[in-house]
Amino acid sequence: MPSKMIKPVMSAEEAVKHIVQGSSVMVGGFNYGGVPYTLVDALVDYGVKDIELIANDTLYEGVGHGKLIQTEQVKKVIASHVGLNKATQRLFNEEKLELELVPQGTFVERIRAGGFGFGGFLTPTGVGTVHEKGKEVMEVQGRKYILELPLKADVALIRGYKADRYGNLTYFGTNRNFNPLMATAAEIVIAEVDSICEVGEIDPNDVVTPGILVDYLVLKGDSYYATRT
Amino acid sequence: MLQELDKDTARNRIAKRIALDFEDGAVVNLGIGIPTLVSDYIPEDVHITFQTENGVVGAGPMPPEEDLRFIGAGGRCLSLLPGAALIASDFSFGLIRGGHLDATVLGALEVDAEGNLANWWIPGKLVPGMGGAMDLVTGAKRVIIATTLLTKKQEPKIIQKCSLPMTGVKVVDTVVTEHCLFRVIDGELTLCEVAPGVTAEDIVENTFPELKIALDLEKMKGISKID
Repeated sequence: MPSKMIKPVMSAEEAVKHIVQGSSVMVGGFNYGGVPYTLVDALVDYGVKDIELIANDTLYEGVGHGKLIQTEQVKKVIASHVGLNKATQRLFNEEKLELELVPQGTFVERIRAGGFGFGGFLTPTGVGTVHEKGKEVMEVQGRKYILELPLKADVALIRGYKADRYGNLTYFGTNRNFNPLMATAAEIVIAEVDSICEVGEIDPNDVVTPGILVDYLVLKGDSYYATRT
Repeated sequence: MLQELDKDTARNRIAKRIALDFEDGAVVNLGIGIPTLVSDYIPEDVHITFQTENGVVGAGPMPPEEDLRFIGAGGRCLSLLPGAALIASDFSFGLIRGGHLDATVLGALEVDAEGNLANWWIPGKLVPGMGGAMDLVTGAKRVIIATTLLTKKQEPKIIQKCSLPMTGVKVVDTVVTEHCLFRVIDGELTLCEVAPGVTAEDIVENTFPELKIALDLEKMKGISKID
């Protein structure tokens, strides 16, 4: 019996079966960078619907999780920027897609709150704008802040660089972005990586995400963007 | 009458003027569009650390060969200068919100007399989202707006009161257009510099009648007629 500390390595097709109709799914990435392209493509093929997508942006039409919007597998998006994907704009205008736009610094901090056990946090970002609508505004030491609430998900699809069999992860270049925090804030964390090595082969100084946060490992595939990022 | 400049001349002139507005050693975040051009015009004796919100401190110019593992906030490839650091999004926005940036340069849909900024949503038409802009205008020590004076439809972007949903309230410090430079002085947007051949009246005609004009109105720094 393999120890539970050893994380299963599986195909993207197998891994995305953890997502069911109505699941909330965090997907790492900023623009082209740090997107788990192979997992997202598998999710498109799997076809499960009514996903609540939590991602910084919805990329471009036909790229990464931008495809999930086009296939209408997403019922709600929580993101900071969706301007580059025409399908997001179109489906939102047709009222086929719910959209919650969050300032990017607030977005990432809400994920931290979700993953690290905070009940919320106070930020000055958005005070006096429509973003504060429906939220509690509090004055602390003479400055106004918005009370923002945590974000969590059923499943996080993240993108790492190297993994060992414990699921310890390193990141590369600007692919890091939201991935380390998303690994803290979901029930099931699936990491797509460039390579998988034996336990002990990654210098502990280089580990950014400890393996205790990661449930499954998937090797990146050979799609255009997976190979280039 | 304002002379209309072609798009490239206008954009580069704005970038050129903004590039002269930084102190040596400043930490600066550049937004997408015209702001991206600013880095091309930084004077040789001024050293700037460029931060990109997706996770770079010390970003350099686009490398000769594309490598998508190193991109900037606009999705364009960048290089890392010697001494650069790679960070995650939470750290990046900690730097932004926490007041560790000397300046941010952003585009605008509207800027008004009180220094309010709108640049993220045109209700009923386009909802791109605020991205990092709301955090940037909240946390950066200076907010510099890079924008053409008029929209594509030749309507004023610098107006008495923002009509679009705001990105930040009273956050703007400086506005640079192809024809002039405004600074927010004592809470009031003030015309401070005009380009060669441009008069204060030209700017008032293309903004709003109550526009405040500096007593010591100057020529736009670093801009000649051919720029």
